[in-house]
Amino acid sequence: MNAFLATIARDLRLATRRGGEAALTLGFFVVAITLFPFGVGPGPELLGRIAAGIIWVTALLAATVSFDRLFRADMEDGTLELLALQPLPLELVVLAKAIAHWLMTGLAVTLLAPLMGLMLNLPGDAYLPLIAGLLIGTPSLSLLGGVGAALVLGARRGGALIGLLVLPLFLPALIFGVSAVEAVLIGMPLAPHLLILAALLAVALPVGAFGGAAALRLALE
Amino acid sequence: MTAETQPAGLVADHLTCERGGRTLFAELCFAVAPGGALLLTGPNGSGKTSLMRVLSGLLPPRAGRVLWQGKDTAEEPAPWRRALAWLGHDNAIKPQLSVSENLAFWARLTPAARGVDEALEEVGIGHLADLPAAMLSAGQRRRLALARLGLTRGGCWLMDEPTVTLDTASLARLSAMIARHRADGGLAVIASHDALDLPGAQSLDLSGFAVAP
Amino acid sequence: MPSFLHSLASPARFQRIANAIMPWAVLLTVGLIGTGVVWGLAFSPPDYQQGDTVRVMYIHVPAAWMAMACYAVMALLSASFLIWKHQLADLAARACAPIGACFTAVALITGSLWGKPTWGTWWVWDARLTSVLILFFLYLGYMALAAAFDDRERGGRAAAILACVGAINLPIIKYSVEWWNTLHQGASVFRMDGPTIDNAMLWPLVLTGIGFNALFVVLLLVRIKSELLARRIEVLQRARAAGRS
Repeated sequence: MNAFLATIARDLRLATRRGGEAALTLGFFVVAITLFPFGVGPGPELLGRIAAGIIWVTALLAATVSFDRLFRADMEDGTLELLALQPLPLELVVLAKAIAHWLMTGLAVTLLAPLMGLMLNLPGDAYLPLIAGLLIGTPSLSLLGGVGAALVLGARRGGALIGLLVLPLFLPALIFGVSAVEAVLIGMPLAPHLLILAALLAVALPVGAFGGAAALRLALE
Repeated sequence: MTAETQPAGLVADHLTCERGGRTLFAELCFAVAPGGALLLTGPNGSGKTSLMRVLSGLLPPRAGRVLWQGKDTAEEPAPWRRALAWLGHDNAIKPQLSVSENLAFWARLTPAARGVDEALEEVGIGHLADLPAAMLSAGQRRRLALARLGLTRGGCWLMDEPTVTLDTASLARLSAMIARHRADGGLAVIASHDALDLPGAQSLDLSGFAVAP
Repeated sequence: MPSFLHSLASPARFQRIANAIMPWAVLLTVGLIGTGVVWGLAFSPPDYQQGDTVRVMYIHVPAAWMAMACYAVMALLSASFLIWKHQLADLAARACAPIGACFTAVALITGSLWGKPTWGTWWVWDARLTSVLILFFLYLGYMALAAAFDDRERGGRAAAILACVGAINLPIIKYSVEWWNTLHQGASVFRMDGPTIDNAMLWPLVLTGIGFNALFVVLLLVRIKSELLARRIEVLQRARAAGRS
């Protein structure tokens, strides 16, 4: 447990020292969202209707651009091979790195989402389901994205490839994240949607840990 | 030498390694007892690094086994990982962290037997502990990487070209460090071009195990 | 070179089996698809609602079936490659991908062609079409990843891991899309497969369906055989290069 926490803490510390790991993702998130009113027009009614969708889709894209950094630096400076040789199983190393990644991207995006909702005229009732959905849904993005990031480590043009690999896998989280908001707006219960998002997370946990570790072992050979 | 006659220490049992469709070495056997050392030599491309990676477990061999204390490391990796200290080509140093922070992280991951300060003193960079690692010279970075091995007591050190970028004084310190480690009951496998002072070490020239394609 | 002989041993067996199956598979493919298409286009009755448009079904539906089945075969082969490290499984899994992608593309194109007279637009976000589209993306990702490595074996293993991850997620994606579809569209939406289908339409569909399976086997065998030959050439070239040095 100590080693697991140390790995999370190290990634967080490195991110803050490098400055702007989280800021970069958040910057992308905000800028990309700002594009939508220019694309579809500033009408508050239309924006309010598609606000939750915009925020969710942009959150997926923001996560996707951040994955390339997840393992690459550690791969290049030899840290990854050392991590693979520690007593801590590589599966747990992958989990630890995914948690650190989520804290810097998923959680950061979730915290910023209400502000974006305000700018997009998101209806008042929609804030709770949006935030709750992002909170439960985004960890599975970090986990599945970690597999993609690990798979492209040895590949040419890896960064561009990640989006193609992982975005289709993000579809269920997007569908249920947005439908949670829509359900609340038409007076339906919120809990089932959040439970489904939690179930998706429960699937993403083993897939992310074992898939990511298998891909890392391959990259280290 | 087989596992039955030499259970303690590190044993390579008929290792064959293939990279990119080319067989680098075949049927390689050796044993290193606790307190012993093995110096790997051979020209570039003879498979020194590949052998080190096979021993560590990073690269699965085409055939053969690596035994630690008589147990197959592929089947029971846990005791091997606890005993193993790895020094690869890359130093695994984060320039954003301080020298002691770099080392302290690995001390939390491995069962460290010695303190961070002690390990830094041993490689002669104790006075740099609070500096950002980005400030270190190439030789100092290599010494910081070596300090990571100095955290352990006993066990097995796998060192791939440990002398790269080290000056003469540091070479002597490295020899002393390896001697201390062997006196503690540890063993070391070292791939190196440089002449290290390794009293009583075995030596293995990998070019003798090359396979004609 | 014992490792080379070892790797050749089972491909040789594969060649023998493939050569034995091949003529029958070709015969089945031509016979079943030929009969099914002629039956479907000329002799089966038109739909009482859609008229002759419904005849697209005899290609579209089997193609969509094969698109799914091909991914399942690919994932099973990938898993067995990862577990038993059998080279032939890797080869076969990779041979599957473009075939599956082509079936998927055929299903998408015929679906779009079918959609124009039925719905009045070339594309509708119908649950089936949308899942097939996502499946197409999964195939593209698999092929892109497999091709992105300089070392072929690494590419194969990375792609195999991706195929397994995809196979776990595919049912989840499919049900999510279906659920999303029912949420956003009323019950009046026309479903491509009505609950009842007349026997006169079912039979040609079954024939082309089995014919597509046979076609898959033929294409797969051809691709594996050519890939085996390509590897043999590479081994010989490498031996020549080594001999020169």
